[in-house]
Order: sequence, then structure tokens, then C-alpha cells
Amino acid sequence: MKMTGAEILLECLKREGVKHIFGYPGGVVLNIFDHLYDNKDLKLILTRHEQGAVHAADGYARASGRPGVALVTSGPGATNTVTGIATAFMDSVPVIVFSGQVPTMLIGNDAFQEADIVGITRPCTKYNYLVKDVNDLARIIREAFHIATTGRPGPVLIDLPKDVTVAKGDFIWPEHVKIRSYNPTYEGNKWMIKQAAIEISKSKKPVILAGGGVISSGGHKELKELAELTSIPVTMTLMGLGSFPGTHPLSMGMPGMHGTYYANMAIQQSDLLIAVGARFDDRVTGKVDAFAPDARIVHIDIDPTSIRKNVRVDIPIVGDVKLVLREMLKVLKEDVKEQWEQVRKAWLKQINAWKKERPLSYKYDENVIKPQFVVEKLYEITKGDAIITTEVGQNQMWAAQFYKYDKPRTLLSSGGLGTMGYGFPAAIGAQLAFPDRLVIDIAGDGSIQMNIQELATAVINKLPVKVAILNNHYLGMVRQWQELFFKERYSYSNLDVVPDFVKVAEAYGAKGFRATKPGEVEGIIREAIKTKGPVFMDFIVDWKEKVFPMVSAGAPIDQMIFGDEKKEEKKKEEKVRIVT
Amino acid sequence: MRHTISVLVENKFGVLSRVSGLFSGRGFNIESLSVGETIDPKISLMTIVTSGDDLIIEQITKQLNKLIDVVKVVDFMDMDHVEREMILVKVAPDKRENKEEVLRLAEIFRGRVVDSGPTTYTIEITGDEKKIEAFVELMKPFGIKEFARTGKVAIAREGIKKK
Ligand SMILES: Cc1ncc(C[n+]2csc(CCOP(=O)(O)OP(=O)(O)O)c2C)c(N)n1
Repeated sequence: MKMTGAEILLECLKREGVKHIFGYPGGVVLNIFDHLYDNKDLKLILTRHEQGAVHAADGYARASGRPGVALVTSGPGATNTVTGIATAFMDSVPVIVFSGQVPTMLIGNDAFQEADIVGITRPCTKYNYLVKDVNDLARIIREAFHIATTGRPGPVLIDLPKDVTVAKGDFIWPEHVKIRSYNPTYEGNKWMIKQAAIEISKSKKPVILAGGGVISSGGHKELKELAELTSIPVTMTLMGLGSFPGTHPLSMGMPGMHGTYYANMAIQQSDLLIAVGARFDDRVTGKVDAFAPDARIVHIDIDPTSIRKNVRVDIPIVGDVKLVLREMLKVLKEDVKEQWEQVRKAWLKQINAWKKERPLSYKYDENVIKPQFVVEKLYEITKGDAIITTEVGQNQMWAAQFYKYDKPRTLLSSGGLGTMGYGFPAAIGAQLAFPDRLVIDIAGDGSIQMNIQELATAVINKLPVKVAILNNHYLGMVRQWQELFFKERYSYSNLDVVPDFVKVAEAYGAKGFRATKPGEVEGIIREAIKTKGPVFMDFIVDWKEKVFPMVSAGAPIDQMIFGDEKKEEKKKEEKVRIVT
Repeated sequence: MRHTISVLVENKFGVLSRVSGLFSGRGFNIESLSVGETIDPKISLMTIVTSGDDLIIEQITKQLNKLIDVVKVVDFMDMDHVEREMILVKVAPDKRENKEEVLRLAEIFRGRVVDSGPTTYTIEITGDEKKIEAFVELMKPFGIKEFARTGKVAIAREGIKKK
């Protein structure tokens, strides 16, 4: 059957089960947009910036587990997607980006709105394509979805020259995808799995380090079973939060730079560290040479390059986390009949002692809102049942520390790239995937301003996303570092003018609420949840508050500072101008 | 340690830059890189000479394997193999006896004169690195005007089974 490139594109998306794409029009994609005009199967969500479109597609994917799709024009449209693509790449999120391109004839001629987006995105995509012949289009789209969603997931970009979208070609839907050079390993090596099981049975002080790979492989049930069967405590990286219930007695929360005291102590003193779908980011390991010095390390990951990249590994297991854990459970149940609870008693007792000694905490204040208090209240009121997205900075760390995630895909956060401006559009994507769930973006006043224009997207599409702005009038995390490591020289971290977020919300046709006193926090959260459309909650918080515990960059993770070392700091009061 | 790695890749545009981008993006060093089509026109063979400690080489081969267009990666380090590269040297011997000497040396090294001008000879030499380097050293005193080097190609030796 002969179809135009634009028709083939939309037909392929339909067959891939795509219902929503996020995008922004422009000259070279007008043919596609024209077909979208009366297409009943596909709805385009018009964002206000291409970065927003890709983050929204990414949020959609992280929340739902299905690939997210974005469509943008050539040149500036395409280059605007780069941060979104790099964000998805670092966190292994299946996103497919279609970028328009100038007609094939003009490629390489510096034509109007031309950019070599395939070249630009090569290092930050799992794969990318320039379609030169309309007859290749269906195959390429099919391959792109396959590559994006299998193995270690990741973003794929397809660059579509204008003439390819107009030209007619044969539409042949390839039922199966076969790429000879792409064969991810799913089954873990049985012998290695057996060795890991033996290590587990020998170990006295084991720790599981769970990462985002558990969530993307859907192995959370297996992980819980393993931890419970063998009584091994679990710490979860930022990307892994939700892969194991945060309220579980065996949960130790997040490790690393702003991790819990007990998670870091447990890792450092462990004799066996089982890393599951975690890639040992430097924010997790701190000083690598001093990381888990006495532990044998088992590392399960679908991506062989993750193994032994940052830390030494004694037992590498390449494979899909879910399948490997299943096999491991089988071996453990068959061969080793230990009384795990007995074996682990002393170790778990030690961990509980650490938990008591230094729990996550902050000082409540009656007069000024502590940002941690807001996050805590959000948790209490939502009963942990919301999808939380975050921006980047202190807000992100407090969202990781003071909200407990019991289920996978409930915390969406830019872990690898640390992209300010991610959370809000990601929340829009998540809300679209789950119209009936409560989606909250925990934001900083700096970050929210990076993609604040997407409020229009939320309003128009009636997406009731709630944004909790922890408004400290500063680039808080930058300020924190300047305070601790740069002698309080607050170079350009004061935002000086912060808009009136309530008025901004109203200007876009949304609702805005503000709290300046702790007593108002709960009321406003409840009000916001009751409100139908999108809401900005502007919490004027204690701008001096810092994220603790903290490990300075490059230090071993058990060298933590807690913020209560010097009680009375000789701090001269600084004037904050809050423009309200 | 220096390693010679051969990489079979899909013969498509952009693949070379994916491979070289992998090296530059991760701060790995490429000492030489040569590429050419194989008998199967859909596949090209790249021979890459690189160096690094074991962990770096492990990452390099894993990262290469991870590239979607890479069909096969072979590190020749612990494998009996043949390596060759070719150079073209244009030398300009000034005196008659020097000219004769250049020709004699080329012969000893099994080189071929592929071009000659009023004052120059262009000599083609094929061989392993030591041979090439030795020849270049010998030619230096005669005045090397131009010099082109292909980079290595390598292939595994077929094991001969003893009956
Ligand atoms: C796009 C981008 N630019 C710069 C940074 C560096 N950065 C990390 S945290 C931070 C401050 C964030 O400030 P804000 O959003 O107000 O959050 P807070 O730390 O105050 O909670 C900055 C500038 C970044 N992560 N992303």
C-alpha cells in the first residue's frame, strides 16, 4: 500500500500503541501536523517549549513504563530537545524523539533552520537515525521502539527530512525486529548466580543496593522477596527509590552524598554488597577507593559497561534484573536452607542502632516553614500515594529523604544529568499517563522558572498537576555549597527577583496558594488537592535550611556532616527580599 | 598496554563517528584507526590500536560491543595474529650514491618504488610496526619530503592442527 511518509509515521505510532505525543510544530513538520489535525488515534499535546515536550514524554515513560514520544521541528526545535534527550539517556528512559529536518537535497547546505541533530545527539541517544528514503521509515520506527525499550532502555531520535514526510512509499509493517548487532543479554549466567547465592549464605553483614534498573526491569517483587527471604537490608539510590518499599523495616533509604547515616554506615561496614541495577554513580560512592572497603561486590546489570566501570566487582552478572533475581531466588530456596533471620540478627540490630542514633531529621520551627516539613506533610496527607516528580537541588534531596516511596514509578527525578526544569513537564507527562492519580512536582523557586511556561500546557489539557514550590529565594543547593565550601561568598545564587508564583499561576488561568507560616501548610496542601486544575503552592520556606546529612564531594561516604556540629554559628542575618 | 582491536561494523554512514565519538567522549586514546569494506559490502572492518590498563581496555571493548552498529569486537592481545601497515615515503636523496643507497635499502626491506621524479623516489613499504619504523629511521638522513601511513590492519592466524 502506498502512503506518504507522514501517514506511515502516524500509522506506525498507532500500531506501537501510542496515544499521545508531545510536540511543537514548525515548517518542516507541517505535513505531519496536517495529518494530526483530524487523526482520531493520536493526540498531540502541545507544550510551550521543546525541552518541555521531551521531559513530558520522559515523565510519561517513567510513570507508565511505556515509551514516551515527542515530535519537534528542525533546527531550533531539534536543538531545544537536547537537554531532554540527555536527561532521558542518563537515566535510561525509553523516549522516541522525531525531529523534522530540511529536505534531503538541502542537508549539509546550512539551509534555513538546519541543524545536524543526528550528529549533535549521537553521544546522548541510545541510537539515532536520519531517514533518507520513505521506504525505510516503517522499519526504522519499528527498530527505534525496539531499541528504546529493550536491553538498557534509552532515548532514540529519528530525523525526518521534509521531503521524506511528503514522498509516497510502500508501507510494510515489520512484525519482527531483527538487528544482527543488537542482542541484549537477559538471562544471567547460572554459575555466577550460584556464586552470588553462596556469597549470600556466607555473608554476615550483607547490603543490597537497589537502583533504577530494578524499576525498569519490573523486578521489584523479586527484590522484596529476596530481601525478606534472606533478611538483607536494602538501600536505594535516588533512581531506585520505590524499587523496595521505603516503609519496610529492612529499608535504609538512600545512600551517598545526601543519603542516610545508616545506609552509608551499613555499606561501609558490609562484607557483601549486592548491587542490583545500580551503576555506582559518584554521588553514591563518594571516594571510590574508600567505598565498601571490606565487601565482596556482586553486581547485577543488563548493561555490561556498567559493571567494573566505577568500582571493583567480584561477581559480575549481566542480565535482566528481574530474571536474574528470579533465578537467584530459585537457587537460594533449593540449595541453602539457612535460618536467615538468626544469621542476620546481629547485623540488623546494628543497623537499627544506627537508625536510632542518627535518623533523618530537621528542627521544626513554629514561625518559619521548614522545607522538610512541607515534604513530610505532603507525605502524610497523600499517604504516600502520589506520583512525585522533583526538580533539582535541595528540593530534590528533601523529596528523596522525607517522602517514602513504597511502589516503583512513584518518584520521577533527573538523577543522572540533574536537570533543573525536569520535574514540572515530567509531572505533566505522568499526569497524562495517569489522569486519575495525584501528581505533585516538588520544586525549587529556581528550577520551576526553567520550564514554568508549561503551566499553559497543564491548564489547556486540564492536567491537575500540583506544584509545591519550596521557595527559598535562592538557588538553594548552590547557596549550600557556597556556605560550606566557599566561605559564604554567595556568588550569583540569590535570585533577587522571584516572581509572585500565585499571580503567575493566575495569569495562566491556574490556581495559586501561598503559605508563609507552618500552620498554613496543611490547609494549603488539602486545598490544592481538592482544586480541580493545576495548582502552584508557594511555600515561603526557611532560606537558610540546608540538606543534611552530607558527604563532601570526593570524601568517603561514612564521613558525614550533620549540620548540628557547631550549634551557634556566628552568622550575621542576611536580608532576603521576597517579592510577594 | 597497547592493544590492537578489530571491530566489525555495519557499513552505514555515521558509524565511524559513533566509534570515534565513543573514544573521544570517554577520553580513550586512539593511536591508529583504519577502516575498509569487507567482502560483505554491508560490513566494514575497523582496526583500532589503542592503549590503556586492563580496566580501560575492558571498558573500550564493552563500550564498542554496546554500540548498536557493532557486529563483533576482537581484541588481538592474547591471540596469535598478523598485523600489517603500509607507508608511502617520498625521499629526496641528493647525490647519486645516495640514490643508489635508497634503492638498495628499499630492496632489503622488500619495498617498492611506486613513483619517481627528477629528485625523488616514492617507496611503498608494508610490514609490522618494527619494520616500518626501522625503514623510516633509515630514510631520515636522505630527507623525507612526504610521508603517509595507513594505520594497522590485523587478522587472526589460523591455528594449524597437528595430526
Ligand atoms: C539546568 C541546570 N542548570 C544548573 C544546574 C546547577 N544547579 C544544581 S542545583 C541548583 C540550584 C537549584 O535551585 P532551586 O531550583 O531554587 O532549588 P533549591 O536548591 O533551592 O531547592 C543549580 C543551579 C542544574 N542542576 N541544572
